[in-house]
Amino acid sequence: MWAYILRNVWQRLILLVFVSILAHSVVHLAPGEPSEVDPSNPRMKPEDIARIRAAFHLDDPLYLQYIYWLRDLASGDLKSFKDSQPVLPKIGQRLLNSLPLFLLTTLIVWGLSFPTGIHAAVHRDSPFDRSMTFLSYTLISIPGFFLSYLVILGVVDTLDVPVIGMSTFGMDEAVPVFQWMDRLWHLAIPALMSAVMGIAILSRYVRSQMLEVIGQDYVRTARAKGLPEDVVIYRHALRNALLPFVTMFGFLVPGLIGGSVIFEQIFAWPGLGRLGYEAILARDFPVILTLNFIAAVLTLIGTFVADILYLFADPRIQIE
Amino acid sequence: MSAAQPQTMAGEAPEPDLAGEAPAFWPTFWKNRMAAAGAVVLVILLGLAIAGKVLTEWWIVFDTETIRLPDKFKPPFSEAALGVISAPDAPVFGRYLLGTDELGRDVFARMLQGSFVSLSIGFVAVGISVLIGTALGALAGFYGNLRLGIITVDTLIMRFTDTMMCFPTFFLILTVVALLPPSIYNIMIVIGLTSWTGTARFVRAEFLSLRERDFVVAAQALGVPEIRIMFRHMLPSAMAPVLVSATIDVASAILTESALSFLGFGVQPPYATWGNILADGKDFIFDAPWLFFTPGFAILIVVLAFNLVGEGLREALNPGLRERRT
Repeated sequence: MWAYILRNVWQRLILLVFVSILAHSVVHLAPGEPSEVDPSNPRMKPEDIARIRAAFHLDDPLYLQYIYWLRDLASGDLKSFKDSQPVLPKIGQRLLNSLPLFLLTTLIVWGLSFPTGIHAAVHRDSPFDRSMTFLSYTLISIPGFFLSYLVILGVVDTLDVPVIGMSTFGMDEAVPVFQWMDRLWHLAIPALMSAVMGIAILSRYVRSQMLEVIGQDYVRTARAKGLPEDVVIYRHALRNALLPFVTMFGFLVPGLIGGSVIFEQIFAWPGLGRLGYEAILARDFPVILTLNFIAAVLTLIGTFVADILYLFADPRIQIE
Repeated sequence: MSAAQPQTMAGEAPEPDLAGEAPAFWPTFWKNRMAAAGAVVLVILLGLAIAGKVLTEWWIVFDTETIRLPDKFKPPFSEAALGVISAPDAPVFGRYLLGTDELGRDVFARMLQGSFVSLSIGFVAVGISVLIGTALGALAGFYGNLRLGIITVDTLIMRFTDTMMCFPTFFLILTVVALLPPSIYNIMIVIGLTSWTGTARFVRAEFLSLRERDFVVAAQALGVPEIRIMFRHMLPSAMAPVLVSATIDVASAILTESALSFLGFGVQPPYATWGNILADGKDFIFDAPWLFFTPGFAILIVVLAFNLVGEGLREALNPGLRERRT
């Protein structure tokens, strides 16, 4: 058991090194450079560009730049190219902004997908199942920002829900309770919109997984011995259908960074995705690389936890 | 499952008997109403895309580039101001079928041109990802135990796949597209290069199980060259899931392109794609809603069609699922 965990962790660490090297090569080998962000600025003289390049170590060989980045990241004084602010606190602050959005989105996705998926599977080919199937295909196929704009158009006039930013202007003076309520109100639409795609995919997956299990012999046995239908579905079938979802935990966490760019941009939510977008626009290599690194770490931790959970959840798995 | 077993074995006979499989495949596919509707939409779309390429670039009937400032923001079906615009600049039939945009360009012509560009982005990107994914998956599955120095081929390829899976895909695409000079080919290539991991993983799994089958062992015993075994004997049997996921990936490539356009990194002018017409249209959502709704619903319908066809293929190609459905 411990040997398995140790080997698992060791493999992931090696993987992490490769991911960071690959990310580094991609970012540095691509033609764009931080010194070229504003090429039309007449005040940018060649010597200024040379000074910028020297300050950012851009003239050093790639492996040295990689080592500098690693050293600065480890010692915590990695600075952004754009504004010379330390990268880690900057990311940490944006992480705090993204976290509520991410948590609420996940809650909505998992909370809605399972009931709809199970209901659709149990009442297969019913009007509910058919309309849910069609609805989820439609939601998968609609461009996220198109749907968001439609919803914004509908919601702002009729329901008076705020759709921009994290809080209403001038709310800083209010009582904490009202600030919290304001924050929740602002969260509602962005979280719902980010959840749409997830609900559509996950509920389909729950449905097919349940159908798979309901067709098994042990479910027929459970029915044959006269168990109530609810016990058959929720105690016998559902528990086995849940197994693959353990693995999905692993790929859930990186959505914190990659999945949120579009929605944070639409709703002006100052989170990680927007930080990444701004960093890309400014060719802010340290921020891009660190974000990528954190995303990789989160993925690896997620899949690691999933692997371990799977060991406990599925007694058929034996460690060789 | 056990009932489906003999059928599966028959389907994977050494010489895949396509004539024998066909009646089982098409009826199942057509019986699924939504998949059939999707297929019809895709055929129409293919016709539109080819017509678009021909009519807007080779034999210019619909002019995509003429700027007619007197005629900007004309709603659909409105007549052109023929007195103000010179005769060569006037649209066909003197009407704008889908209105005009902020520069007075004909939206119908741009949508036609965009249909070809959007589709080719989807197909080229998926072509690249299927090629890479299938090649790597097949190598890892077939030569898995071969040692190269200290590690096996399988370890090498699968660790590389794992490395790629650690990147947040959309963020990676965005980074690369933003750093490279803007070009439609870069977008196709980058989407293709970042989305092959799933294909590689299931082609490998498929090859691992096929390698032990009798028909492969028989081919090896007959001394058939390994390359021929891989491509002529094993690959056709492994293609079904690849086809399904490729269909669905075309849909997501079109969506990715529109998302990139929204962030300002999409296909640059003069090319029109549905994604960048939509992204430009969002600024005029109150003044000229047709600029926003036309491309939006066009993307929705086409992506939906690809998804439905993909799902229909999955059902028709998978005997296990088919068995349970009837």
